[in-house]
Amino acid sequence: MARARVYITYKEGILDPQGKTILRALKSLGYDEVENLRVGKYMELELAGTDKEGLEKRLGEMCEKLLANPIIEDYDLEVDV
Amino acid sequence: MRFGVVIFPGSNCDHDCFYVLGEVLNQDVKYVWHQSTDLSGFDCILLPGGFSYGDYLRTGAVAHFSPVMKSVERFAADGGMVIGICNGFQILLEAGLLPGAMMRNTGLKFICRFVDIRVETTSTPWTCGAYEHQVLRIPIAHNEGNYQVPYQTLEEMKLRGQVVFRYCSPASSVSGEFNPNGATENIAGVCNREGNVLGLMPHPERASEAELGSTDGLVIWRSLLDHCGVEVPTIL
Repeated sequence: MARARVYITYKEGILDPQGKTILRALKSLGYDEVENLRVGKYMELELAGTDKEGLEKRLGEMCEKLLANPIIEDYDLEVDV
Repeated sequence: MRFGVVIFPGSNCDHDCFYVLGEVLNQDVKYVWHQSTDLSGFDCILLPGGFSYGDYLRTGAVAHFSPVMKSVERFAADGGMVIGICNGFQILLEAGLLPGAMMRNTGLKFICRFVDIRVETTSTPWTCGAYEHQVLRIPIAHNEGNYQVPYQTLEEMKLRGQVVFRYCSPASSVSGEFNPNGATENIAGVCNREGNVLGLMPHPERASEAELGSTDGLVIWRSLLDHCGVEVPTIL
C-alpha cells in the first residue's frame, strides 16, 4: 500500500480572504514578522499498489478532476510506496 | 412549458422554485432526483440553491459528479434551457458549463439580504423582457459568491455579452461599494456563449410575489417564457 499527500493552495494572484484575516489576527497578537499567509487544504490518501509513477499520474488526474479546481487552485502531491 | 427542478442531497430551494414555476407561472413542473438520467420531455432544467453534499470540498464540486449532471451537459449541448441559482450556479461552474469559479465572500460572512442587480444585456433568453440596465431587487443568500474568472476569459465573455447581471446601487451604478461578496467586476450572473445556460447568485424565486417584498424575479421568468414562445400568464 502507498501513502499519498495532496496540498492544495490558491493560485498566485487569487485573493485569499481567510488568509488575510488570519494574517491580521497574528499581527494583532504581536507577530509582526509574519508578512504573508495563505490558507490551503491538505489531504492524506491510502492507495493500493506500489507503482509510484503510475500512482502519481492517477493522483494527478484526481486533482485535476475533483480534488482541486484548476481555475483558482494549484496542487502538489507526494506518493510514498 | 415543462420545467425540471433537480434535487441534490442538500438542495433546499427546490420547493420554492417548484412552487413559483407551478403555482405563480402556471407551468408544468416536475422534480428530477439527482440520480435520474432521463431529461426527455423537459424544456428547461433548473438547478436550485442549497448546500448540495454539504458543500464538502468546494461548493458544487461533488454534485457535479451526480449522474444527472452528465444528462444536464447533453441537454445544454442540445440547446435546452438550463438555469442554476446560487448553489445551482456553483454546480454549473464546477461542471464547466459556465466559465469561472466561486470563492468565499471577502467578508467571510454568510450574506442573506436583498441586493440590487443591473441587467447588463437584454440579448439573452433570460433578460429579453427587461429594459436596458434595468435594476432588479432580488435577495442573495450565500457564503461563496465571490466570482472569479481568469482575466482573458472575462474579456472574451464581455465581448460576447456573457456577463448578464452585476451588483449595483438602487440607481444602477456599479461600484465596489455595492459589491456584497468581492465578485470580480461586481458580477452576479453569467451565461454561456450560446446563452441557453444561465447561472446567478441572487434568488429570483424568492422575488416572484409581492408578499415577499419584490416581484423583480418575474422579469427573468417572463423573459424565459417569452423567449420560448409560451403565452405569459396575465397575472404577470
